[in-house]
Amino acid sequence: MDNKTKYIKELSALVENKPTAKQKLWLVFLLVLIGAGAFAFFYQLRNGQIVTGMRDNVVWGIYTIFFVVFLGFSYAGALIASILHLARVRWAKPIVRILELIAVFSLIVGPPFILFCLGRFDRLLMIFTHGRLQSPIIWDVIAIVSDLIISIVFIFITFIKDFALLRDNTELKIPKWRRKFYTFFAFNYKCTLKQEELLNKAHDILAAILIPITIVAYSLLACIFAMTLKTGWHSTIFAPYFVLTAVFSGTALVIIVLWIVRKVYKLHDYITKKHFNLLGFTMLVLCLIYGYFTFSEYFTNWYGGDLNTMMILSKLLSFHEYGWMMLTYILLASVIPIVIIGLPWFRNVSTITFAAFTTLTGLILHRFIVIIPTQETPFLPVQDIRPEYISYSATWVEWMLTLGGVAAFLFLFSAATKIVPVISISEMQESLKKKKLKIFGTQPDE
Amino acid sequence: MKDKNDDKKKTRRDFLKLGLASGAGIIAGGVVLGNISKDGKTPSGETLKLLAPDGSLVEVDKAMIEEPKPPHINREEAKKGIPGRNFVMVVDLSKCKNARKCTEKCQKGHHLPPDQEWMKVFLLKDNDVGPRYWFPRPCYHCDNPPCVKVCPVGATYKRQDGIVLIDTKRCIGCKFCMSACPYSARTFNWNENEGNHVNQEYSPETSVPSELGTVGKCDFCPDRSRIGKVPYCVDGCPMGAIYFGDANEDAVTNGDATVRLTTLLEENGGYRYLEHLGTKPRVYYLPPVGVEYERGLEDLDENIKLRYKDMIDDNDLTENHG
Repeated sequence: MDNKTKYIKELSALVENKPTAKQKLWLVFLLVLIGAGAFAFFYQLRNGQIVTGMRDNVVWGIYTIFFVVFLGFSYAGALIASILHLARVRWAKPIVRILELIAVFSLIVGPPFILFCLGRFDRLLMIFTHGRLQSPIIWDVIAIVSDLIISIVFIFITFIKDFALLRDNTELKIPKWRRKFYTFFAFNYKCTLKQEELLNKAHDILAAILIPITIVAYSLLACIFAMTLKTGWHSTIFAPYFVLTAVFSGTALVIIVLWIVRKVYKLHDYITKKHFNLLGFTMLVLCLIYGYFTFSEYFTNWYGGDLNTMMILSKLLSFHEYGWMMLTYILLASVIPIVIIGLPWFRNVSTITFAAFTTLTGLILHRFIVIIPTQETPFLPVQDIRPEYISYSATWVEWMLTLGGVAAFLFLFSAATKIVPVISISEMQESLKKKKLKIFGTQPDE
Repeated sequence: MKDKNDDKKKTRRDFLKLGLASGAGIIAGGVVLGNISKDGKTPSGETLKLLAPDGSLVEVDKAMIEEPKPPHINREEAKKGIPGRNFVMVVDLSKCKNARKCTEKCQKGHHLPPDQEWMKVFLLKDNDVGPRYWFPRPCYHCDNPPCVKVCPVGATYKRQDGIVLIDTKRCIGCKFCMSACPYSARTFNWNENEGNHVNQEYSPETSVPSELGTVGKCDFCPDRSRIGKVPYCVDGCPMGAIYFGDANEDAVTNGDATVRLTTLLEENGGYRYLEHLGTKPRVYYLPPVGVEYERGLEDLDENIKLRYKDMIDDNDLTENHG
């Protein structure tokens, strides 16, 4: 059996897998969490936002943080997948499907998080009927909607060849509806030369469109913060800083997901140590650039030394306020990845995954540090005795709803791995071809 | 107030008279004769001399006088503003002694819960040797309003008379305007405000009734301006520290005296808070000269006093305890 048939057989078999008892339990567990989240959502809808920890000074809390986090995953996933595709990176073929799935699912789960912040959920549609182009929120709505549409079209295009293969594979033991599903979403693809050429072109064009769209969209997200006059947000570096943080956290997430997928579906032949090493190095480089951005931002602000900046900085450095969080975040998102991946002695698949995990946690803390202390430090002092107006702490409703959102992402991803091959069969076939693919009609140097 | 031109002439004249007249104990101008009821009232025998819109003096029985009711301004009309007006406010910081009457009167007038203050008094100290002074902060109704810029649905808008209003029927509660306002002037209706459910048709000019999950703030009381009254806070201030008026007329009044806006600002070194932000506020401050801030702590509710604990000396805090 040659490599090609081996790949097709093994990867096609992935969709045959019935969920094991453990996996079923996992899905049920996630459903319970989603249910709890839905309960929290309706509880908040019924009682108003008084049940959250948000108040007049901190008007955006962990919902906004997770909105930023999930959109970051999404943009990072789409951006990296597009670049890897267009650059025809051979080693990356087994991981593009995972990147694309992350991109689409976090783009579905992310935007609702900002809607949880809305005081009047019932007036949501006014954004479309009375939208004003002057508002960065509307920029974001346009960006997210465009990105969502293009990402979904993109992912269905990448599915076509695989679904056609699965449709034509009569040996597969899958239920009837599944075969119908593949037949429909293969869109009558018959693998003719012309069809293939068209499909490849569409794939290239969409990937090329996705790159600027993701960068613009995430920059516009940064605008929601940077366009205000708030000290700590009103910064020219914010857009690129956000984009970079997104790619950094997205890379970390991919490493974690790869590790899990490889373990659960026993894909050690496809997802190899090389992938972890290369993604680890990518993460290391991103970590260093990220550190450079962070340093620029804080050092410039500190040196200038204006009153409000110094107040925020003193909160970040004080162990009575954000000092511990700041220290933890630097440890998790900078020191650990640099030591583990940067130095050769600790570097292996498990430690790289561990570093990715700490990075991810650290970057969520980072979003907290960027978003919350600034709101607690307005120009006029917060002269109040109500503790919830002075500093923010999330309530059980917020945590429950947030956890529900995270569970929804995990559920979508877990369920999808049962229906679509988590490693793209067609991409794997391509990686076996001797001849390199053309990039926009240009033959790369051999 | 039917004809536009007529309206313009009258309000200008009325406004200037308002300060003088109320000082002399005569209700002038703003009370239109048409508002005097003809039915169901027994004359009290006491009469009052009033100035009719045509300039003639008339005598009216006291019992016949009714408070003028502001016209109902619907959501569409409220966007336009009062023609020809250009509202401004001046707060004389040397006079404020934190009596909190501005806050209280505003809360009462707008049916706000006690924990929502549209007019909020801060205790500030600009530098180590500078004085501590009381700093009443309404909405500044900026001419370059950061809140209006960011509103995704046009629920908060700038009118031709300079006022920034909120349409709570349009507001989606995204709170972007609250983030954008550098002066923390906006408050959110986090929970249902029962005291606010008054039987009154909603108008952005009155900001009553409020709605759960929407943003509220000082509205410069345009409903009161329409009937020749100054905003609640100006009315409430026992020190006459808050002046309100019209920049087109170059006149502001604190209820007792009507003065030229430009002269007031020029002679007293008027300034705007955080001028460098470029928001162009419509509220000016006169510097805090000779302020005895301790006066503002006398008879102050303990809960309110605690707000200022970072700013005041410890013995000031405990003084009233013992």
